[in-house]
Amino acid sequence: MSEVFLPATLAGLFPIMEQNPDAVLLAGGTDLLVRIRASGTRPQAIIGLERIVSLREISMNDGTIRIGAMATHQHLLDSGIIKSCIPVLHQAVSALGSPQIRHMGTIGGNICTASPAGDTLPPLYLLDACLELTSKAGIRTIPISGFIAGPGLNTLQKNEILSAVLIPARVHGTGYYRKVGQRRSLAIAVISMAALVMTDPDGIITGFRFAFGSVGPTVMRFPDLESELVGKRFADEALSEAGKEAARRIMPITDIRASAEYRRMVAETLLLSIREELP
Amino acid sequence: MKIRCTINGEQRDLSAAPDRRVVDLLREDLGLCGTKESCGSGECGSCTILVNGESRLSCLMIAAQLEGAEILTIEGFAPDHLHPIQEAFIRHGAIQCGFCTPGMVLAAADLLSRNPSPDRDEIRQGLSGNLCRCTGYQKIVDAVASLSGKQEEPDE
Repeated sequence: MSEVFLPATLAGLFPIMEQNPDAVLLAGGTDLLVRIRASGTRPQAIIGLERIVSLREISMNDGTIRIGAMATHQHLLDSGIIKSCIPVLHQAVSALGSPQIRHMGTIGGNICTASPAGDTLPPLYLLDACLELTSKAGIRTIPISGFIAGPGLNTLQKNEILSAVLIPARVHGTGYYRKVGQRRSLAIAVISMAALVMTDPDGIITGFRFAFGSVGPTVMRFPDLESELVGKRFADEALSEAGKEAARRIMPITDIRASAEYRRMVAETLLLSIREELP
Repeated sequence: MKIRCTINGEQRDLSAAPDRRVVDLLREDLGLCGTKESCGSGECGSCTILVNGESRLSCLMIAAQLEGAEILTIEGFAPDHLHPIQEAFIRHGAIQCGFCTPGMVLAAADLLSRNPSPDRDEIRQGLSGNLCRCTGYQKIVDAVASLSGKQEEPDE
């Protein structure tokens, strides 16, 4: 049997973490509890963060959008801030899991789980998200790309939690999120892609970012391909070229969901697919 | 540990291991076998319950999380009569083996409480966390559509 703690405040949390060094953190449970059951062993203790109200708030102040790590995916979907300022994240969260999963799972959990297929990750990379990590000693912030170290690996220290996601509130461009799974709903991504596009009135690209999920150990971006798109017409030709090169560079594996070859084929077409939404 | 919560409108003082799965607590300890389990990993929705009015998966919750919560299982959904959602399921033949039905009905209740007028697409999305291996979903969608404020022609 695991002991279970559900502290109501951060002040109450850190002593419990210190006294239970082998405890696991519960931030929704949609991955953790599946893993615990599959492992056949019980952790010494489970510390749930769900009752710490301050970890759930979504706010915008001084040019920064702050999303509490324990905000559920449903909280994100219901938030006017997320919908109006960073719709690309809103799109990704709509494609995540099922209603029940979205009522339970949290953005912090999705990040710390660090799955290559995590739906919130490609948009968060593109949005220059920084993570606020809190311990008894204080707060540090690091870019999300420095936090996720590999499949299932993050750089959270002992006695430290992910407390919030910080995103600059600026014009990010038009957002697109694409996810290809084995079925339309409740699918783990075979491949996913987020893109942020800015164009001038003549249809010339002035800013372009894109990131793939599920085709490498972590989210994959190609800054040189992104900058090569700037100055080109937002049309099939440029996207097709960038898509071909990106498909060559990704590092997909063959697993139970799809083959590496299939992932490369789809990667090539995903960039092109964002043109379908143009008028 | 002792857990105080409300289950189907009744305040209960439960005694359970803190990490006991809620689906086991409901079915085995409390005899509320209307809540089903099939996948045990959050993919099928059979174990859906309403926690503080929101649909959740009881196979991915542990007993300690129930402290202070308001739980509704299918048994308490409409204790004295059939709920309009249940009537609609019967009317539209949306039940075959019945195993997914408690979860489907509660997922539909969650959907309709958030969006009283879902169109067929929104109904499919709202029920996307619940698998049915018998009906092909068409009749389930018909049943929920019949309760939607947005009345439409059924698709094909």
